[in-house]
Amino acid sequence: MERALTFDVVRRFRRGPVVSARASWSLESAPVTVLFGPSGSGKTTVLRALAGLDRPDDGAITFAGETWFDAARGVHVPPQARGVGLLFQEYALFPHLSVAANIAYGLRRLPRHVRESRVDEMAQRFAVADLAARRPGQLSGGQRQRVALARALAPRPRLLLLDEPLSALDAPTRETLRGELRRLLEHAGVPAVVVTHDRTEALALGDRLAVLIDGVVRQVGPVHEVFSTPRDAEVARGVGTENVVPARLVGRIDGLVKVRAGEAELTAVDPGGIDDEVFACIRAEEVVLEPAEGGLTSARNALRGTVASLAVEGPLVRVSLECGFRLVALVTRPAAAQLGLAAGRPLTALVKAQAIRLVPRG
Amino acid sequence: MDLAALTLSVELAGLTTAILLVVGLPLAWWLATSRWKAKFLVEAVVALPLVLPPTVLGFYLLTGLGPRSPVGRLFEAAAGHPFPFSFAGLLVASVLYSTPFAVQPFAGALAGVDRRLIEASHALGVSPLATFFRVTLPLAWPGVLAGAILTFAHTLGEFGVVLMVGGNIPGRTRTLSVAIFDHVESLEYAAAHRTAGLLLAISFVVLALVYALQRRPLFRWNER
Repeated sequence: MERALTFDVVRRFRRGPVVSARASWSLESAPVTVLFGPSGSGKTTVLRALAGLDRPDDGAITFAGETWFDAARGVHVPPQARGVGLLFQEYALFPHLSVAANIAYGLRRLPRHVRESRVDEMAQRFAVADLAARRPGQLSGGQRQRVALARALAPRPRLLLLDEPLSALDAPTRETLRGELRRLLEHAGVPAVVVTHDRTEALALGDRLAVLIDGVVRQVGPVHEVFSTPRDAEVARGVGTENVVPARLVGRIDGLVKVRAGEAELTAVDPGGIDDEVFACIRAEEVVLEPAEGGLTSARNALRGTVASLAVEGPLVRVSLECGFRLVALVTRPAAAQLGLAAGRPLTALVKAQAIRLVPRG
Repeated sequence: MDLAALTLSVELAGLTTAILLVVGLPLAWWLATSRWKAKFLVEAVVALPLVLPPTVLGFYLLTGLGPRSPVGRLFEAAAGHPFPFSFAGLLVASVLYSTPFAVQPFAGALAGVDRRLIEASHALGVSPLATFFRVTLPLAWPGVLAGAILTFAHTLGEFGVVLMVGGNIPGRTRTLSVAIFDHVESLEYAAAHRTAGLLLAISFVVLALVYALQRRPLFRWNER
Protein backbone atom coordinates (compact mmCIF):
# COMPACT_ATOMS: atom_id res chain seq x y z
CA MET A 1 0.00 0.00 0.00
CA GLU A 2 1.16 3.50 -0.76
CA ARG A 3 2.28 5.57 2.22
CA ALA A 4 -0.32 8.26 2.82
CA LEU A 5 -1.35 10.97 5.24
CA THR A 6 -5.03 10.65 6.08
CA PHE A 7 -6.88 12.90 8.45
CA ASP A 8 -10.35 13.66 9.66
CA VAL A 9 -10.07 16.54 12.09
CA VAL A 10 -13.19 17.68 13.91
CA ARG A 11 -13.00 20.60 16.30
CA ARG A 12 -15.87 22.53 17.75
CA PHE A 13 -15.29 26.06 18.96
CA ARG A 14 -17.63 27.90 21.23
CA ARG A 15 -17.52 30.81 18.83
CA GLY A 16 -16.96 30.48 15.11
CA PRO A 17 -17.55 27.59 12.77
CA VAL A 18 -16.97 23.91 13.36
CA VAL A 19 -13.88 22.53 11.71
CA SER A 20 -14.53 19.18 10.07
CA ALA A 21 -11.69 18.66 7.65
CA ARG A 22 -10.97 15.32 6.04
CA ALA A 23 -8.50 14.54 3.28
CA SER A 24 -5.90 12.02 2.28
CA TRP A 25 -2.88 12.21 0.05
CA SER A 26 0.10 10.16 -0.91
CA LEU A 27 3.40 10.87 0.80
CA GLU A 28 5.37 9.59 -2.19
CA SER A 29 4.48 11.77 -5.18
CA ALA A 30 4.34 15.49 -4.44
CA PRO A 31 6.74 16.82 -1.80
CA VAL A 32 4.87 19.97 -0.78
CA THR A 33 1.16 20.16 -0.04
CA VAL A 34 -0.31 23.59 0.57
CA LEU A 35 -3.24 23.84 2.93
CA PHE A 36 -4.88 26.88 1.43
CA GLY A 37 -7.84 28.92 2.57
CA PRO A 38 -8.97 32.29 3.88
CA SER A 39 -8.19 33.18 7.49
CA GLY A 40 -10.56 31.48 9.89
CA SER A 41 -11.07 28.52 7.56
CA GLY A 42 -9.42 26.10 9.97
CA LYS A 43 -6.00 25.66 8.35
CA THR A 44 -4.06 26.20 11.54
CA THR A 45 -6.46 23.95 13.47
CA VAL A 46 -5.66 21.12 11.07
CA LEU A 47 -1.93 21.82 11.21
CA ARG A 48 -1.88 21.84 15.02
CA ALA A 49 -3.85 18.60 15.08
CA LEU A 50 -1.34 17.02 12.69
CA ALA A 51 1.51 18.18 14.91
CA GLY A 52 -0.24 16.78 17.98
CA LEU A 53 -0.27 20.15 19.75
CA ASP A 54 -4.05 20.12 19.99
CA ARG A 55 -6.32 17.16 20.43
CA PRO A 56 -9.30 17.23 18.04
CA ASP A 57 -12.76 16.67 19.48
CA ASP A 58 -13.41 13.88 17.02
CA GLY A 59 -11.97 12.09 14.02
CA ALA A 60 -8.73 10.29 13.27
CA ILE A 61 -5.27 10.89 11.84
CA THR A 62 -3.05 8.24 10.32
CA PHE A 63 0.42 8.71 8.92
CA ALA A 64 1.91 5.98 6.72
CA GLY A 65 -0.32 3.39 8.37
CA GLU A 66 0.49 4.59 11.89
CA THR A 67 -2.38 5.93 14.00
CA TRP A 68 -1.56 9.36 15.41
CA PHE A 69 -5.02 10.12 16.64
CA ASP A 70 -8.24 8.18 16.93
CA ALA A 71 -11.07 9.67 18.94
CA ALA A 72 -13.08 6.45 18.92
CA ARG A 73 -10.22 4.42 20.41
CA GLY A 74 -8.94 7.26 22.60
CA VAL A 75 -5.54 7.31 20.88
CA HIS A 76 -3.56 10.53 20.91
CA VAL A 77 0.15 10.25 20.15
CA PRO A 78 1.91 13.22 21.78
CA PRO A 79 3.92 15.58 19.51
CA GLN A 80 7.19 14.20 20.93
CA ALA A 81 6.47 10.77 19.46
CA ARG A 82 5.22 11.81 16.02
CA GLY A 83 8.51 12.78 14.46
CA VAL A 84 7.25 15.97 12.86
CA GLY A 85 9.27 19.08 12.13
CA LEU A 86 7.37 22.26 12.88
CA LEU A 87 8.01 25.73 11.55
CA PHE A 88 6.06 28.52 13.19
CA GLN A 89 5.03 31.82 11.66
CA GLU A 90 7.74 33.79 13.44
CA TYR A 91 10.03 30.77 13.57
CA ALA A 92 9.98 30.50 17.40
CA LEU A 93 13.74 30.13 17.73
CA PHE A 94 14.91 29.80 21.33
CA PRO A 95 16.16 33.31 22.10
CA HIS A 96 18.48 32.20 24.92
CA LEU A 97 20.34 29.67 22.79
CA SER A 98 22.92 30.12 20.05
CA VAL A 99 22.17 29.11 16.47
CA ALA A 100 24.16 25.89 16.97
CA ALA A 101 22.31 25.10 20.21
CA ASN A 102 18.99 25.78 18.51
CA ILE A 103 19.81 23.29 15.75
CA ALA A 104 21.06 20.76 18.32
CA TYR A 105 18.01 21.20 20.56
CA GLY A 106 16.08 18.16 19.34
CA LEU A 107 19.16 15.90 19.25
CA ARG A 108 19.71 15.31 22.99
CA ARG A 109 19.25 11.58 22.70
CA LEU A 110 21.96 11.13 20.09
CA PRO A 111 25.53 10.37 21.13
CA ARG A 112 27.65 13.46 21.26
CA HIS A 113 29.78 12.95 18.15
CA VAL A 114 26.71 12.11 16.04
CA ARG A 115 24.96 15.18 17.39
CA GLU A 116 27.87 17.46 16.59
CA SER A 117 28.34 16.17 13.08
CA ARG A 118 24.58 16.46 12.47
CA VAL A 119 24.60 20.09 13.60
CA ASP A 120 27.56 20.81 11.32
CA GLU A 121 25.84 19.08 8.44
CA MET A 122 22.61 21.04 8.88
CA ALA A 123 24.43 24.34 9.38
CA GLN A 124 26.34 23.74 6.15
CA ARG A 125 23.26 22.74 4.22
CA PHE A 126 21.30 25.79 5.30
CA ALA A 127 24.26 28.16 4.98
CA VAL A 128 24.25 29.22 8.62
CA ALA A 129 27.61 27.72 9.65
CA ASP A 130 29.12 31.21 10.00
CA LEU A 131 26.34 32.20 12.39
CA ALA A 132 26.68 29.21 14.74
CA ALA A 133 27.63 31.30 17.77
CA ARG A 134 25.04 34.06 17.25
CA ARG A 135 21.75 34.40 19.03
CA PRO A 136 18.45 34.52 17.09
CA GLY A 137 18.08 38.21 18.02
CA GLN A 138 21.09 39.02 15.87
CA LEU A 139 19.79 37.32 12.71
CA SER A 140 17.92 38.66 9.68
CA GLY A 141 14.53 37.26 8.66
CA GLY A 142 16.05 35.03 6.01
CA GLN A 143 18.70 33.68 8.37
CA ARG A 144 16.06 32.94 10.98
CA GLN A 145 14.05 31.02 8.44
CA ARG A 146 17.06 28.91 7.52
CA VAL A 147 17.97 28.25 11.15
CA ALA A 148 14.37 27.28 11.94
CA LEU A 149 14.36 24.86 9.02
CA ALA A 150 17.71 23.42 10.06
CA ARG A 151 16.42 22.98 13.63
CA ALA A 152 13.20 21.33 12.46
CA LEU A 153 14.98 18.98 10.03
CA ALA A 154 17.96 18.06 12.26
CA PRO A 155 16.14 15.23 14.10
CA ARG A 156 15.19 13.79 10.66
CA PRO A 157 11.41 14.23 10.94
CA ARG A 158 9.02 12.19 8.80
CA LEU A 159 6.77 15.16 8.06
CA LEU A 160 7.45 18.88 7.97
CA LEU A 161 4.70 21.31 8.96
CA LEU A 162 4.94 25.02 8.18
CA ASP A 163 2.49 27.60 9.50
CA GLU A 164 2.38 30.71 7.27
CA PRO A 165 6.16 30.55 6.92
CA LEU A 166 6.57 33.88 5.10
CA SER A 167 3.94 36.07 6.70
CA ALA A 168 6.25 37.45 9.40
CA LEU A 169 8.53 39.04 6.80
CA ASP A 170 8.33 42.40 5.07
CA ALA A 171 7.27 42.35 1.41
CA PRO A 172 10.67 42.56 -0.34
CA THR A 173 12.21 39.89 1.90
CA ARG A 174 9.17 37.71 1.34
CA GLU A 175 9.64 37.87 -2.43
CA THR A 176 13.23 36.64 -2.23
CA LEU A 177 12.64 34.03 0.46
CA ARG A 178 9.69 32.46 -1.34
CA GLY A 179 11.95 31.05 -4.03
CA GLU A 180 14.57 30.05 -1.49
CA LEU A 181 12.04 28.24 0.68
CA ARG A 182 10.73 26.28 -2.30
CA ARG A 183 14.25 25.10 -3.11
CA LEU A 184 14.93 24.16 0.51
CA LEU A 185 11.66 22.24 0.75
CA GLU A 186 12.38 20.39 -2.48
CA HIS A 187 15.75 19.30 -1.17
CA ALA A 188 14.57 18.50 2.34
CA GLY A 189 13.56 15.02 1.26
CA VAL A 190 10.61 15.09 3.66
CA PRO A 191 6.96 15.56 2.70
CA ALA A 192 5.80 19.00 3.83
CA VAL A 193 2.47 20.62 4.62
CA VAL A 194 2.41 24.40 4.30
CA VAL A 195 -0.44 26.50 5.65
CA THR A 196 -1.05 29.77 3.84
CA HIS A 197 -3.79 32.17 2.85
CA ASP A 198 -1.60 33.80 0.21
CA ARG A 199 -2.25 32.75 -3.39
CA THR A 200 1.21 33.65 -4.64
CA GLU A 201 2.76 31.68 -1.79
CA ALA A 202 0.57 28.68 -2.52
CA LEU A 203 1.55 28.75 -6.19
CA ALA A 204 5.23 29.25 -5.52
CA LEU A 205 5.62 26.66 -2.76
CA GLY A 206 3.15 23.90 -3.43
CA ASP A 207 2.98 20.85 -5.63
CA ARG A 208 -0.42 19.91 -4.33
CA LEU A 209 -3.17 22.15 -3.07
CA ALA A 210 -5.81 21.34 -0.47
CA VAL A 211 -8.43 24.08 -0.35
CA LEU A 212 -10.06 24.58 3.02
CA ILE A 213 -13.25 26.66 3.26
CA ASP A 214 -15.31 27.04 6.43
CA GLY A 215 -13.50 24.18 8.08
CA VAL A 216 -14.05 21.71 5.23
CA VAL A 217 -11.49 20.47 2.69
CA ARG A 218 -13.22 21.21 -0.61
CA GLN A 219 -10.69 20.12 -3.16
CA VAL A 220 -7.30 18.41 -3.29
CA GLY A 221 -5.19 18.24 -6.41
CA PRO A 222 -2.12 19.49 -8.27
CA VAL A 223 -1.72 23.23 -7.67
CA HIS A 224 -2.37 24.53 -11.16
CA GLU A 225 -5.22 22.08 -11.67
CA VAL A 226 -7.07 23.31 -8.58
CA PHE A 227 -6.49 26.90 -9.62
CA SER A 228 -7.57 26.38 -13.23
CA THR A 229 -10.43 23.94 -12.69
CA PRO A 230 -11.96 24.60 -9.30
CA ARG A 231 -14.59 22.02 -8.42
CA ASP A 232 -17.26 24.57 -7.50
CA ALA A 233 -17.90 28.29 -7.29
CA GLU A 234 -16.78 28.47 -3.67
CA VAL A 235 -13.41 26.94 -4.41
CA ALA A 236 -13.14 29.22 -7.44
CA ARG A 237 -13.78 32.22 -5.20
CA GLY A 238 -11.38 30.82 -2.63
CA VAL A 239 -8.51 30.44 -5.06
CA GLY A 240 -9.47 33.63 -6.88
CA THR A 241 -7.65 33.29 -10.17
CA GLU A 242 -9.34 31.44 -13.02
CA ASN A 243 -6.29 31.02 -15.23
CA VAL A 244 -3.14 29.55 -13.77
CA VAL A 245 -1.07 28.19 -16.63
CA PRO A 246 2.30 26.47 -16.29
CA ALA A 247 4.72 28.29 -18.56
CA ARG A 248 8.40 28.41 -19.45
CA LEU A 249 10.57 31.48 -19.85
CA VAL A 250 11.52 32.20 -23.45
CA GLY A 251 13.15 35.61 -23.32
CA ARG A 252 13.29 39.10 -21.89
CA ILE A 253 13.04 42.46 -23.65
CA ASP A 254 12.65 45.98 -22.23
CA GLY A 255 11.27 44.93 -18.86
CA LEU A 256 8.90 42.48 -20.49
CA VAL A 257 9.11 38.69 -20.37
CA LYS A 258 8.07 36.24 -23.02
CA VAL A 259 6.88 32.88 -21.77
CA ARG A 260 5.56 29.83 -23.57
CA ALA A 261 2.27 28.48 -22.24
CA GLY A 262 1.17 25.36 -24.04
CA GLU A 263 1.27 26.21 -27.74
CA ALA A 264 0.93 29.94 -27.19
CA GLU A 265 3.44 32.62 -26.37
CA LEU A 266 2.57 35.27 -23.77
CA THR A 267 4.09 38.63 -23.04
CA ALA A 268 3.99 39.81 -19.44
CA VAL A 269 5.59 42.45 -17.27
CA ASP A 270 8.78 41.12 -15.66
CA PRO A 271 8.06 40.68 -11.94
CA GLY A 272 11.74 39.91 -11.24
CA GLY A 273 13.02 36.85 -9.49
CA ILE A 274 11.81 34.36 -12.07
CA ASP A 275 13.79 31.95 -14.15
CA ASP A 276 12.62 29.16 -16.41
CA GLU A 277 9.54 27.61 -14.79
CA VAL A 278 6.63 29.93 -13.94
CA PHE A 279 2.89 30.04 -13.55
CA ALA A 280 1.13 32.67 -15.65
CA CYS A 281 -1.93 33.93 -13.76
CA ILE A 282 -4.71 35.73 -15.63
CA ARG A 283 -8.05 36.77 -14.16
CA ALA A 284 -10.91 35.84 -16.46
CA GLU A 285 -12.42 39.34 -16.33
CA GLU A 286 -9.18 40.81 -17.72
CA VAL A 287 -9.59 38.90 -20.99
CA VAL A 288 -11.22 40.78 -23.91
CA LEU A 289 -12.73 38.77 -26.75
CA GLU A 290 -13.05 39.99 -30.34
CA PRO A 291 -13.72 38.47 -33.75
CA ALA A 292 -10.84 36.39 -35.07
CA GLU A 293 -9.68 38.87 -37.70
CA GLY A 294 -9.01 41.75 -35.26
CA GLY A 295 -6.52 44.47 -36.25
CA LEU A 296 -3.78 46.37 -34.44
CA THR A 297 -4.18 46.73 -30.68
CA SER A 298 -2.20 47.98 -27.72
CA ALA A 299 -2.68 44.69 -25.91
CA ARG A 300 0.55 42.70 -26.18
CA ASN A 301 -1.23 39.36 -26.30
CA ALA A 302 -3.62 38.62 -29.14
CA LEU A 303 -4.32 34.93 -28.87
CA ARG A 304 -6.15 33.22 -31.72
CA GLY A 305 -8.29 30.29 -30.74
CA THR A 306 -11.66 28.62 -30.76
CA VAL A 307 -14.39 28.48 -28.15
CA ALA A 308 -14.29 25.16 -26.31
CA SER A 309 -17.26 25.63 -24.02
CA LEU A 310 -19.65 28.21 -22.57
CA ALA A 311 -21.33 28.49 -19.18
CA VAL A 312 -23.82 31.16 -18.19
CA GLU A 313 -23.25 32.61 -14.71
CA GLY A 314 -25.99 35.15 -14.01
CA PRO A 315 -25.37 38.20 -16.17
CA LEU A 316 -21.99 36.82 -17.23
CA VAL A 317 -20.78 34.06 -19.49
CA ARG A 318 -17.72 32.00 -18.69
CA VAL A 319 -15.99 31.21 -21.96
CA SER A 320 -13.39 28.48 -22.26
CA LEU A 321 -11.09 29.18 -25.15
CA GLU A 322 -8.60 26.80 -26.77
CA CYS A 323 -5.76 29.08 -27.87
CA GLY A 324 -2.64 27.00 -27.44
CA PHE A 325 -3.63 26.50 -23.81
CA ARG A 326 -7.00 26.57 -22.11
CA LEU A 327 -7.95 30.18 -21.28
CA VAL A 328 -11.04 31.21 -19.32
CA ALA A 329 -12.64 34.57 -20.11
CA LEU A 330 -15.56 36.20 -18.35
CA VAL A 331 -17.75 38.39 -20.58
CA THR A 332 -21.26 39.84 -20.26
CA ARG A 333 -24.21 38.04 -21.80
CA PRO A 334 -24.99 40.82 -24.34
CA ALA A 335 -21.34 40.76 -25.43
CA ALA A 336 -21.46 36.99 -25.87
CA ALA A 337 -24.65 37.34 -27.92
CA GLN A 338 -23.19 40.06 -30.20
CA LEU A 339 -20.06 38.03 -30.86
CA GLY A 340 -22.27 35.01 -31.60
CA LEU A 341 -20.30 32.90 -29.14
CA ALA A 342 -20.77 29.17 -29.60
CA ALA A 343 -18.55 26.16 -29.31
CA GLY A 344 -16.09 25.97 -32.22
CA ARG A 345 -16.34 29.69 -33.11
CA PRO A 346 -12.89 31.21 -33.92
CA LEU A 347 -11.98 34.23 -31.76
CA THR A 348 -9.09 36.38 -30.67
CA ALA A 349 -8.47 36.88 -26.94
CA LEU A 350 -6.73 40.09 -25.93
CA VAL A 351 -4.75 40.27 -22.71
CA LYS A 352 -2.61 43.21 -21.70
CA ALA A 353 0.90 42.33 -20.58
CA GLN A 354 0.17 43.98 -17.21
CA ALA A 355 -2.75 41.61 -16.64
CA ILE A 356 -0.50 38.55 -16.65
CA ARG A 357 1.12 37.88 -13.32
CA LEU A 358 4.08 35.55 -13.39
CA VAL A 359 4.79 33.45 -10.32
CA PRO A 360 8.13 31.64 -10.01
CA ARG A 361 8.05 27.89 -9.98
CA GLY A 362 10.84 25.57 -8.92
CA MET B 1 21.83 44.41 68.12
CA ASP B 2 20.22 41.03 68.69
CA LEU B 3 22.51 38.82 66.61
CA ALA B 4 20.61 35.63 67.42
CA ALA B 5 17.39 37.25 66.15
CA LEU B 6 19.12 38.39 62.95
CA THR B 7 20.52 34.90 62.29
CA LEU B 8 17.16 33.31 62.96
CA SER B 9 15.35 35.76 60.66
CA VAL B 10 17.77 35.17 57.81
CA GLU B 11 17.59 31.40 58.34
CA LEU B 12 13.82 31.44 58.36
CA ALA B 13 13.59 33.67 55.30
CA GLY B 14 16.19 31.65 53.40
CA LEU B 15 14.54 28.30 54.14
CA THR B 16 11.06 29.66 53.37
CA THR B 17 12.34 30.94 50.02
CA ALA B 18 14.02 27.64 49.21
CA ILE B 19 10.90 25.65 50.07
CA LEU B 20 8.71 27.97 48.02
CA LEU B 21 11.03 27.64 45.04
CA VAL B 22 10.65 23.88 45.18
CA VAL B 23 6.93 23.78 45.93
CA GLY B 24 5.85 27.09 44.41
CA LEU B 25 7.36 26.66 40.94
CA PRO B 26 5.36 23.55 40.06
CA LEU B 27 2.24 25.16 41.50
CA ALA B 28 2.90 28.33 39.51
CA TRP B 29 3.54 26.29 36.39
CA TRP B 30 0.26 24.53 36.86
CA LEU B 31 -1.54 27.84 37.42
CA ALA B 32 0.08 29.30 34.30
CA THR B 33 -0.75 26.40 32.00
CA SER B 34 -3.83 24.59 33.32
CA ARG B 35 -7.13 25.01 31.51
CA TRP B 36 -9.11 23.49 34.33
CA LYS B 37 -12.39 25.35 34.82
CA ALA B 38 -12.20 25.53 38.62
CA LYS B 39 -8.65 26.89 38.57
CA PHE B 40 -9.89 30.21 39.96
CA LEU B 41 -10.60 28.47 43.26
CA VAL B 42 -6.95 27.48 43.63
CA GLU B 43 -5.90 30.99 42.61
CA ALA B 44 -8.13 32.41 45.34
CA VAL B 45 -6.67 30.07 47.96
CA VAL B 46 -3.12 31.02 46.93
CA ALA B 47 -3.98 34.72 47.23
CA LEU B 48 -5.72 34.36 50.63
CA PRO B 49 -2.70 35.33 52.77
CA LEU B 50 -2.66 38.71 51.00
CA VAL B 51 -5.97 39.70 52.59
CA LEU B 52 -6.19 37.49 55.66
CA PRO B 53 -5.05 38.92 59.02
CA PRO B 54 -1.98 36.92 60.11
CA THR B 55 -3.80 36.10 63.32
CA VAL B 56 -6.40 34.09 61.40
CA LEU B 57 -3.76 31.91 59.78
CA GLY B 58 -1.89 31.66 63.08
CA PHE B 59 -5.03 30.66 64.93
CA TYR B 60 -5.89 27.89 62.46
CA LEU B 61 -2.33 26.62 62.50
CA LEU B 62 -2.29 26.51 66.30
CA THR B 63 -5.58 24.66 66.52
CA GLY B 64 -4.98 22.47 63.46
CA LEU B 65 -1.42 21.48 64.27
CA GLY B 66 -1.43 22.01 68.04
CA PRO B 67 -0.67 19.20 70.52
CA ARG B 68 -4.34 18.30 70.80
CA SER B 69 -4.92 17.77 67.07
CA PRO B 70 -4.16 14.39 65.39
CA VAL B 71 -1.64 15.96 63.03
CA GLY B 72 -0.02 17.78 65.91
CA ARG B 73 0.30 14.55 67.89
CA LEU B 74 1.93 12.88 64.90
CA PHE B 75 4.34 15.80 64.60
CA GLU B 76 5.21 15.64 68.26
CA ALA B 77 5.80 11.88 68.08
CA ALA B 78 8.11 12.34 65.11
CA ALA B 79 9.94 15.52 66.09
CA GLY B 80 10.03 15.08 69.86
CA HIS B 81 8.55 18.48 70.60
CA PRO B 82 5.18 20.12 69.97
CA PHE B 83 4.56 22.00 66.74
CA PRO B 84 3.76 25.47 68.16
CA PHE B 85 6.61 27.58 69.49
CA SER B 86 9.18 25.62 67.45
CA PHE B 87 11.28 26.61 64.45
CA ALA B 88 9.48 24.00 62.35
CA GLY B 89 6.16 25.59 63.25
CA LEU B 90 7.54 28.97 62.34
CA LEU B 91 8.72 27.64 59.01
CA VAL B 92 5.37 26.08 58.07
CA ALA B 93 3.58 29.30 59.00
CA SER B 94 6.02 31.43 56.99
CA VAL B 95 5.77 29.22 53.92
CA LEU B 96 1.99 29.38 53.96
CA TYR B 97 1.90 33.09 54.62
CA SER B 98 4.46 33.92 51.89
CA THR B 99 2.95 31.66 49.22
CA PRO B 100 1.31 34.43 47.14
CA PHE B 101 4.51 36.50 47.21
CA ALA B 102 6.31 33.63 45.52
CA VAL B 103 3.66 31.93 43.42
CA GLN B 104 2.10 35.01 41.83
CA PRO B 105 5.34 36.43 40.37
CA PHE B 106 6.43 32.90 39.39
CA ALA B 107 3.16 32.27 37.55
CA GLY B 108 3.36 35.67 35.84
CA ALA B 109 6.91 35.03 34.67
CA LEU B 110 6.15 31.49 33.47
CA ALA B 111 2.99 32.59 31.65
CA GLY B 112 5.01 35.31 29.92
CA VAL B 113 7.10 32.75 28.05
CA ASP B 114 5.93 32.49 24.44
CA ARG B 115 3.72 29.43 24.14
CA ARG B 116 5.09 28.69 20.68
CA LEU B 117 8.60 28.19 22.06
CA ILE B 118 7.22 25.50 24.34
CA GLU B 119 5.30 23.89 21.51
CA ALA B 120 8.37 24.04 19.26
CA SER B 121 10.26 22.18 21.98
CA HIS B 122 7.55 19.51 22.23
CA ALA B 123 7.57 19.05 18.47
CA LEU B 124 11.35 18.56 18.63
CA GLY B 125 10.73 15.53 20.82
CA VAL B 126 11.50 17.09 24.20
CA SER B 127 9.23 16.10 27.11
CA PRO B 128 7.18 18.73 28.97
CA LEU B 129 9.39 18.45 32.07
CA ALA B 130 12.64 18.80 30.11
CA THR B 131 11.07 21.69 28.19
CA PHE B 132 10.40 23.40 31.52
CA PHE B 133 14.07 23.26 32.47
CA ARG B 134 15.51 23.91 29.02
CA VAL B 135 13.16 26.65 27.74
CA THR B 136 10.58 27.94 30.21
CA LEU B 137 12.76 28.44 33.27
CA PRO B 138 15.77 30.00 31.48
CA LEU B 139 13.44 32.53 29.85
CA ALA B 140 11.33 33.20 32.95
CA TRP B 141 14.08 33.30 35.51
CA PRO B 142 14.32 37.09 36.05
CA GLY B 143 10.68 36.95 37.16
CA VAL B 144 11.35 33.85 39.24
CA LEU B 145 14.30 35.57 40.87
CA ALA B 146 12.18 38.64 41.62
CA GLY B 147 9.57 36.39 43.25
CA ALA B 148 12.24 34.66 45.34
CA ILE B 149 13.70 37.96 46.54
CA LEU B 150 10.25 39.25 47.37
CA THR B 151 9.52 36.10 49.36
CA PHE B 152 12.76 36.44 51.27
CA ALA B 153 12.05 40.08 52.14
CA HIS B 154 8.46 39.42 53.08
CA THR B 155 9.41 36.58 55.40
CA LEU B 156 12.11 38.73 56.97
CA GLY B 157 9.50 41.33 57.87
CA GLU B 158 6.79 38.88 58.94
CA PHE B 159 5.43 39.55 62.42
CA GLY B 160 1.90 38.47 63.24
CA VAL B 161 2.02 34.82 62.22
CA VAL B 162 5.51 34.46 63.67
CA LEU B 163 4.43 35.78 67.04
CA MET B 164 1.29 33.66 67.12
CA VAL B 165 2.80 30.37 66.06
CA GLY B 166 6.34 30.85 67.27
CA GLY B 167 5.99 33.06 70.29
CA ASN B 168 9.08 34.86 71.50
CA ILE B 169 11.77 32.37 72.50
CA PRO B 170 15.25 33.92 72.08
CA GLY B 171 17.40 31.91 69.64
CA ARG B 172 14.50 29.62 68.71
CA THR B 173 11.57 31.66 67.50
CA ARG B 174 12.49 35.26 68.25
CA THR B 175 12.94 36.94 64.85
CA LEU B 176 14.00 40.55 64.14
CA SER B 177 10.47 41.86 63.89
CA VAL B 178 9.50 40.19 67.17
CA ALA B 179 12.67 41.57 68.78
CA ILE B 180 11.62 45.10 67.81
CA PHE B 181 8.22 44.55 69.40
CA ASP B 182 10.00 43.29 72.51
CA HIS B 183 12.37 46.29 72.64
CA VAL B 184 9.53 48.77 72.36
CA GLU B 185 7.49 46.94 75.01
CA SER B 186 10.41 47.23 77.42
CA LEU B 187 11.13 50.85 76.35
CA GLU B 188 14.58 50.00 74.89
CA TYR B 189 14.22 52.58 72.13
CA ALA B 190 17.89 52.63 71.09
CA ALA B 191 17.89 48.87 70.45
CA ALA B 192 14.54 49.15 68.66
CA HIS B 193 16.02 51.89 66.44
CA ARG B 194 18.99 49.78 65.42
CA THR B 195 16.90 46.73 64.54
CA ALA B 196 14.16 48.73 62.81
CA GLY B 197 16.76 50.67 60.81
CA LEU B 198 18.38 47.43 59.69
CA LEU B 199 15.06 45.95 58.54
CA LEU B 200 14.17 49.17 56.75
CA ALA B 201 17.48 49.20 54.90
CA ILE B 202 17.24 45.53 53.90
CA SER B 203 13.65 45.93 52.73
CA PHE B 204 14.47 48.98 50.64
CA VAL B 205 17.47 47.37 48.97
CA VAL B 206 15.46 44.25 48.20
CA LEU B 207 12.53 46.15 46.68
CA ALA B 208 14.88 48.34 44.64
CA LEU B 209 16.45 45.13 43.35
CA VAL B 210 13.08 43.66 42.40
CA TYR B 211 12.06 46.77 40.45
CA ALA B 212 15.46 47.00 38.78
CA LEU B 213 15.08 43.37 37.68
CA GLN B 214 11.74 44.14 36.12
CA ARG B 215 12.96 47.26 34.38
CA ARG B 216 16.19 46.12 32.86
CA PRO B 217 16.36 42.70 31.31
CA LEU B 218 19.31 40.75 32.62
CA PHE B 219 20.13 39.45 29.18
CA ARG B 220 19.43 40.59 25.69
CA TRP B 221 17.17 37.63 24.97
CA ASN B 222 14.84 38.56 27.79
CA GLU B 223 13.87 41.68 25.87
CA ARG B 224 10.56 41.53 24.14
